[in-house]
Amino acid sequence: MYAAIPVLTLLGLALGYALGMAGRYLKVEEDPITGEIEALLPGTNCGQCGLPGCVAAAQALARGEAPVTLCPPGGRELARQLAEKLNVQADLSAMEADAGPVFAHIDPERCNGCTRCFKVCPTDAIVGASRQMHAVFPEACNGCGQCVAVCPLQGITLKPPAPSLQGWRWPLPETH
Amino acid sequence: MWSFPRTLSFRGGVHPQPRKQTTRNLAIEPLPLPRRLYLPVQQHIGAPARPLVAAGDRVLKGQVVAAGDGAVSAAVHASTSGQVLAIEPHPAPHPSGLPLLTLVIAPDGADRWVDLPEPDHALSLSREEIARRVAAAGVVGMGGATFPAAVKLNLGTRHAIDTLILNGSECEPYLSCDDRLMREHPGEIIDGARILRQALGAERTLIVVEDNKPEALAALRERLYVADAIQAVAVPTRYPMGSERHIIRAVTGREIPAGQLGADVGVMVHNVATARAVHRAVRHHQPLVSRIVTVGGGAVARPANLEVPLGARVQDLLDHCGGASMAPARLLMGGPMMGQVIPHARVPVVKGSNGVIALTAAETRSADPGPCIRCGRCVAACPSGLTPLEMASRIRAGDLDGAAERGLADCVACGACAYVCPAHLPLVQYFQHARGALADRREQGQHQERIRRLAQRRRERQEAEARAKAEAAAQRKAERAARRQRKTAGKEHETEA
Repeated sequence: MYAAIPVLTLLGLALGYALGMAGRYLKVEEDPITGEIEALLPGTNCGQCGLPGCVAAAQALARGEAPVTLCPPGGRELARQLAEKLNVQADLSAMEADAGPVFAHIDPERCNGCTRCFKVCPTDAIVGASRQMHAVFPEACNGCGQCVAVCPLQGITLKPPAPSLQGWRWPLPETH
Repeated sequence: MWSFPRTLSFRGGVHPQPRKQTTRNLAIEPLPLPRRLYLPVQQHIGAPARPLVAAGDRVLKGQVVAAGDGAVSAAVHASTSGQVLAIEPHPAPHPSGLPLLTLVIAPDGADRWVDLPEPDHALSLSREEIARRVAAAGVVGMGGATFPAAVKLNLGTRHAIDTLILNGSECEPYLSCDDRLMREHPGEIIDGARILRQALGAERTLIVVEDNKPEALAALRERLYVADAIQAVAVPTRYPMGSERHIIRAVTGREIPAGQLGADVGVMVHNVATARAVHRAVRHHQPLVSRIVTVGGGAVARPANLEVPLGARVQDLLDHCGGASMAPARLLMGGPMMGQVIPHARVPVVKGSNGVIALTAAETRSADPGPCIRCGRCVAACPSGLTPLEMASRIRAGDLDGAAERGLADCVACGACAYVCPAHLPLVQYFQHARGALADRREQGQHQERIRRLAQRRRERQEAEARAKAEAAAQRKAERAARRQRKTAGKEHETEA
């Protein structure tokens, strides 16, 4: 029995050392750009890009398999940032058509307080309680549309913000 | 004795025709009370004020009807006595004509003031008390920038201010409201200067007037004592002398670094009309309820300088001035260089409206813009030392970053470049557009940042909830197991027994 103690101790130490070394030398390099891209993406996993979540989207972007304009909630600003990060020319013409950000809007006539929408909201932008009317904080809403899909009464729509003095911008002068 | 720098000027600038002859010799006359007053809750830079009254309430002149909300905001006061008819959106004096929450007041004709405390000796007050009274009176920068004056005064407590400049340059063509104010009420302006100086602790105070207003200079100098250490200074007539950066450069020789304010170089600039409002606010406890407006332009039958209750509509002013002698080709609020085009005359006069200018077609630029020939006149005219043609070509190509690199943020939108452009290019509109687009981009970036943070928090919270649930389940399981064990142990005990 006493012989087993040093034998097993030695065996454990040797194998542990071997494993540690293997972990260091045979490490699978993850492209660091993936992490950086992931940090840029909204992280709401809304799936509007057609990929399973923001991590998958970041991997696809890093491999160059997805266009930088893939994320509708991120809008033009995100596309510009991604193009800068990946050092590619962004073709923003595809996004020209979209009029800018949209926010979820709950129709007060239809909402029955079922709480389904705020359970799926990835940014906790919906406030409400059971059998109480729900409302959306536009400043926390990313327009991902997950609440639209779960509303049993089709009471949620995505709308651009109402025109306001603060949001009004001078148009580009018409060129000749 | 401190002496001026040799040249009281700045680089660039233009000499537009002043066109002040029609109004500069017309005494200020009060505008009769119109049928309705429209008081927007936002007449200043910053957060909109919060209404304190409801539709149907009776209000007295000078009563607070909307309180300042937030760090940068200003209160709004009823400009006459009467009844609040509604609080609803109305078109704002803005090129877009978009609505702004507005208090509609029906005057009762009595024009009865709210009870004001007795006037008191203002020059022994602390700077906090002065700033408090200025804030309570809803005073904002009346030269057109409309930055809340009390916030600016408090800025002075964070920076050491050695020079206070009262801006009476009035470099915009057509306008003569500040000129008239200096000629008719020099004492109130000088008293305002003393109060502001007291609040800021400035060593020297200068009232700066362009040399095309000799009567105003004479009126001020007549009222100034040597012991006051307030000087009235004449500067050459050159647009944009009235810009804060350029008046500081011209008078003190100090250059404000990009992205900083006058306070950073120890200078604070207030308009002369603001000084008068400060005099009324601090010495007489009177809030800002009226202002002087020049009504001019070739399309006005009888140009005038009017003392207008805030909230009177542009149409009321034009009607008082004999209506439009012809349909105006363009209606402006403010001067023709930096004023805002307004879509129609149903918008109210607000705290920053120094002029209502109705231009005829002959007075507006009729030529269509042509291509840029890179003549460089805009570069020579730019008082901020920028290259407008380069910035505009980049903005046209959608390269906003390129325009920003060329100093877009340092542009004061004075319009000198567009004024001299032989191709009639709307250069300032390019710059305004680019600034708006960059602001949008910044806001979108901040929004995305917030979304990321919120999504992250939610994930963390859900993970913590799941963990807590698992732990609770494990604990319950352990307890159940322990109970079972005890039970079986008990049974074994029994059987053994």
